Amino acid sequence: MQTQQGVDRGNLKAYLITYLLSLAFIFGAFYFNTRPLFITAFGLVQAWIQLYTFLNLGKETKPRWNLMAFLFTLMVTFILVVGSIWIMYNLNYNLMGHD
Amino acid sequence: MKEENFPDPHHDASNNAIFGFWIYLMTDFILFATLFATYAVLKNATFGGPSARELFNLPNVLIQTLILSTSSLTCGLAMLSVPMNDKKKLLGWYGVTFLLGVAFLFFVWSDFSHLIQSGNGWTRNAFLSAYFTLIGTHALHIVLGLFFMAIILHQVWHWGLIPATQRRLTCLSMFWFFSYIIWIFMYTIVYLIGVV
Repeated sequence: MQTQQGVDRGNLKAYLITYLLSLAFIFGAFYFNTRPLFITAFGLVQAWIQLYTFLNLGKETKPRWNLMAFLFTLMVTFILVVGSIWIMYNLNYNLMGHD
Repeated sequence: MKEENFPDPHHDASNNAIFGFWIYLMTDFILFATLFATYAVLKNATFGGPSARELFNLPNVLIQTLILSTSSLTCGLAMLSVPMNDKKKLLGWYGVTFLLGVAFLFFVWSDFSHLIQSGNGWTRNAFLSAYFTLIGTHALHIVLGLFFMAIILHQVWHWGLIPATQRRLTCLSMFWFFSYIIWIFMYTIVYLIGVV
């Protein structure tokens, strides 16, 4: 079966390596649970290797529509999350009644 | 330039369906982004109630994470038997995936019922409303994924690995892998960063 990504469907070795790396990142994040920087980095790297191995993101040939859709989604996500936090922080600040 | 320099991967309907499913997953990602943004904004609005640090049970979250990441692997192993046309192996690995999904829901349920019983339900404050909405929406995805899985596996059981069921299995596996990727952000941002 040819998938949209068109390259390969993955293989046993890649899946097992991804699983072991995921376990390492999970235990790493729970072990260093007082350091937000480590936790965030472990989470992002794990999400990326999962996307690469299981959802074949970044393996397709041109034109890379899956990747384009993903990058656009990331941009929307960024605007939504950062924009919401920014606006609500400012509202909070301005309602505190300081001069 | 010659025409063959511009290959068009969308040459058949199956690929279009899978690409369409990918676009659906991207919109789902945005749905979760809005819920994450809501949670981030309301995280400190505890209205005098307990904070994330006092409420969350990290060992339970670790178990949930291990269960869901393992189910992602077993789903991948099931999909590896599609090109081999090995129906038995596919149903077996998906069976394991299904049971892991049920186990995950059991732990989410136990977390939720514990919170509600101790008087920290979603009606207590804005922080808990945002928390229950975010985690609840993910749990709902797992529930729908299990229904989706049961239906497709029933079809595979009856019709075997014909092109139609193969296409649906690909979409199902994408949905399941995606649900775990969303969970990575849940345990990282809501639980671990929330408790720091």
